[in-house]
Amino acid sequence: MPRPPKAEERTTLLDARAMSRALQRMAVEILELAHGTSDLVLIGIQRRGVELAERIAKLIEKDEGAEVPRGALDITLYRDDLETVGPKPVIGETRLPGDLTGKHAVIVDDVLYTGRTVRAALDELADFGRPQRISLCVLVDRGGRELPIQADIVGKSIKTAPGDRVDVQIEELDGRDQVDVIR
Amino acid sequence: MTASATLGKDLTGLEHMTPEQIRLILDTAEPFKEVSERPIKKVPALRGKTIVNLFFEASTRTRISFEFAEKRLSADTVNVAASGSSVSKGETLVDTARNLEAMRIDMVVIRHPSSGAAEFLGDRIASNVINAGDGKHEHPTQALLDLLTIRDKHGKIEGLKVCLVGDVLHSRVARSNLWGLTKLGAEVAVCGPWTLMPRGIEELGVKVFARIEEAIEWADVLNVLRLQLERMEKGFIPSVREYYRVFGVTPERLERSPRAITIMHPGPMNRGVEIDSRVADGPHSVILDQVTNGVAVRMAVLYLLAGGRAELAEAAKRGSE
Repeated sequence: MPRPPKAEERTTLLDARAMSRALQRMAVEILELAHGTSDLVLIGIQRRGVELAERIAKLIEKDEGAEVPRGALDITLYRDDLETVGPKPVIGETRLPGDLTGKHAVIVDDVLYTGRTVRAALDELADFGRPQRISLCVLVDRGGRELPIQADIVGKSIKTAPGDRVDVQIEELDGRDQVDVIR
Repeated sequence: MTASATLGKDLTGLEHMTPEQIRLILDTAEPFKEVSERPIKKVPALRGKTIVNLFFEASTRTRISFEFAEKRLSADTVNVAASGSSVSKGETLVDTARNLEAMRIDMVVIRHPSSGAAEFLGDRIASNVINAGDGKHEHPTQALLDLLTIRDKHGKIEGLKVCLVGDVLHSRVARSNLWGLTKLGAEVAVCGPWTLMPRGIEELGVKVFARIEEAIEWADVLNVLRLQLERMEKGFIPSVREYYRVFGVTPERLERSPRAITIMHPGPMNRGVEIDSRVADGPHSVILDQVTNGVAVRMAVLYLLAGGRAELAEAAKRGSE
């Protein structure tokens, strides 16, 4: 006899204050990794990565007093599963702050899971120039990689199962800052 | 994020499309504009797809525009110019369809002198079919790029007054525009010699102006259609000069309008016949924007139609976040 489906269990991984502290620390780590702001470019992946990159850029600017160029990247057209998705995904805006050649590009995303989004982002960035270095910065690393990709800077790591969901909410889009894990 | 509307297998015309489907194409075209501005004007979305551009009628702009769109999406393309075929149209198309299928293609872009040819082909092959103009029937991607250009310029389509000027009777561009504009809530009018107006067009809720001056007084947008010169030989108009004198869109006529009227033309233009050069090259002309938008709209259509097989979609769902 089939068992009744289990009720979803939602636990909070980061609340607003914890997320704020994580972003603050990530901003400092980016500065250390890039040796300052001179070649630094932050590139957020649509959609929540774009907002997170904006936040981190503002934190860096407050500390350093220097402007940090940032861009937005929509990786839809570089996905490896376009053939198999039913209705076509809506494509967001891609805008990069000039030529990336010689820059230190830091890709910012909300959740790192299979690594396929990052693979697509690397391919897409390569079509915009040849950065000196590309680093990866994510708010949540949930494990479960399907490709040899790892983050340089992580806000919070957590082990998850394939059926779990990581729900990242941020003020600008969702009205509050919070990360929940739904099992 | 996925789009709520889908397009189905083929794009044969706007007549049977929903406003949501039309908006989906226009919204999808937006991000594709940026792809053509990149240092490397190419994304891998249609890598490995084979597209046949099957043109039974002469075309420069439309064929090149489709080809750019296909190449910028990384598709492999083959151009077939089947002009001058003496085989009767039905046999030709069925045969062509079978041959194309045998070569394992994915999409066909077809232009054909017979109305309904695209739908005919679409019903007979499994590949996606896109109508690039069929007889006097429809030219949907032209109307879509016109809609996108109007929306860019005015920020909306609903409530705008758009007048199609010239040979509405023989124009597939006019027909597709009529469907698209009315579905998106524009007010539509036509203006031209009565010999070139389709009978009963008022029944579609379209205003008819017999004089260009009246159209100019009314309109926010003039879409000036090409006067096909062979029409003169067939007696639809007395002479090209007479046409320009009575219906030519000139700066002198436009000056009388209280508004800055947006000027459009699907090309190729007959300067000094349906449109004065000073208007075509003037500050309110968006004729070259139409050409730019054509590539983006066609990329959007190709992207939305390609692949996306239903049986694979389910399998993919469990894997992705």
